[in-house]
Amino acid sequence: MENRQLWGTRVGFIMAAAGSAIGLGNIWRFPAVAYENGGGAFFLPYLFALLTAGIPILILEFAIGHKYRKSAPGSLSQIRRGFGGIGWWQLAISFVISVYYAAVIAWALSYAVFSFNLRWGEDTQGFLFGSYLKLAETPGQFGGIVPGVLIPLIVVWLAALFILYKGVKKGIEVANKIMLPALFVIFTILVIRALTLDGAAEGLNAFFKPNWDSILDGKVWVAAYSQIFFSLSIGFAIMVTYSSYLNKKSDITNNAFITGFANSGFELLAGIGVFSILGFMAAQQGVAVNEVVAGGVGLAFVVFPQIINTLPAANEFFGFLFFASLVLAGFTSLISIVETYIAGIQEKFGISRTKSVLIGGGLTAIISILFASRGGLFFLDVVDYFINNFGVALAGLVEVIVVAWIARKLKELQDHANAVSDIKLGAWWKVCLGVITPIVLGWMMIDNLIKNIRENYEGYATWFISVYGWAVVVAAIAVGIIFAAIRDRGVASRSNESTEVS
Amino acid sequence: MEGSAIVMMVIGIVIIWGGLAASIVNAMVKAKRNKS
Repeated sequence: MENRQLWGTRVGFIMAAAGSAIGLGNIWRFPAVAYENGGGAFFLPYLFALLTAGIPILILEFAIGHKYRKSAPGSLSQIRRGFGGIGWWQLAISFVISVYYAAVIAWALSYAVFSFNLRWGEDTQGFLFGSYLKLAETPGQFGGIVPGVLIPLIVVWLAALFILYKGVKKGIEVANKIMLPALFVIFTILVIRALTLDGAAEGLNAFFKPNWDSILDGKVWVAAYSQIFFSLSIGFAIMVTYSSYLNKKSDITNNAFITGFANSGFELLAGIGVFSILGFMAAQQGVAVNEVVAGGVGLAFVVFPQIINTLPAANEFFGFLFFASLVLAGFTSLISIVETYIAGIQEKFGISRTKSVLIGGGLTAIISILFASRGGLFFLDVVDYFINNFGVALAGLVEVIVVAWIARKLKELQDHANAVSDIKLGAWWKVCLGVITPIVLGWMMIDNLIKNIRENYEGYATWFISVYGWAVVVAAIAVGIIFAAIRDRGVASRSNESTEVS
Repeated sequence: MEGSAIVMMVIGIVIIWGGLAASIVNAMVKAKRNKS
């Protein structure tokens, strides 16, 4: 009899998977990426990427987790002995991401509190880098811990580890069932307010106006595939782990469609909201929208506070809603990322969930204090860039190649998905995974590699990107190899029992 | 807003949110069928 934890309901799983996919990048990355890559015309390569890579990989990862019913290392090692190392590599990537991701959520939490009296003042950039982060003068300096970041970071970790300790059904599922609808309601209120501001139409025009010439530019297609790939929480063990907790009769394919479309639907909502507000800002300053477009940390913590200052009324209220939405979007993603290695450690060493949460989660929380230092933003910038571009993307590429071409398991996984799903997978799914995805991800990797060999990312010193960029990427691979070599102590491995569902 | 921007906004909304709605309806129909 199976004693693995299971989701209480199908809705619970979908909320958790969508909550994982919908993260900070949906709000601060997608709008800027779409704008810079052809505006409205970007939607064509974006939708093509969603249907030919995003949803097919989601189905693949759901099928792997559902069929083998283990975390990523356990599931992949059942596909072929030795593939477990790829799973451990993915868990190491998740570990690295969770370490800095929690720090960004801590910033958003601080800013949600700052909203009550608009503490950032008029010079929002000076406030972020000076008063709040107390940013070190040069990259690579630690410069001491910043209490204003450390305290919310501790709060974030305590909340995340408590939810994970409560388990899949009573912890992760309950948290997502509360947080995801709350995020949707809060963000919808923000978007409605944004749409009623002066200049919103100009902002939307800038966002949606198509530049058809961009369609012929290969870089735009790479940007579309990158956006889909990084946004959907694929390639680093999350979806395999989450789907391993599904009921045996669950519809895999439709769950993947709902998750993929929900993620893109939220991105579209974010694009509408962000560009309506940027249109308002441009109108206030009497400049064109292209002069105020920003993305990432700058958009969230510099531009948005400026906009909140200039809103006609209820500035504090809308400021709080915006940063609360960042906290919710980030938090549901964080717990999914940490769950991957908590599940992996628990299975590997045959320990209780409580111990696994304390060891895995506790270790991550301690290391994340690095990002509460005065040099935290520099470390975060480099680690985030390298682990995404040369960790997540490469691990995703390797996963697809080994499953499709080395183990040749696509047919078996297709049959498994079709046996439990309403929408039947045909040849298109195998073509997408076996041909299109490896080509596009391979191209992305080579393109990025050449770019980074030619010039240092953001002009950082070579020693800095070597230690905190390349070395972190290599360390993740090394962790994968080392953990795969350690003998399993989990129950399934001791009894040599297969957990496969046919 | 220019006409081309409106068209692209409508296309994006119809395909993405329409796709989401269709997938959810499919799941609800299946749940109803399984119940009966």
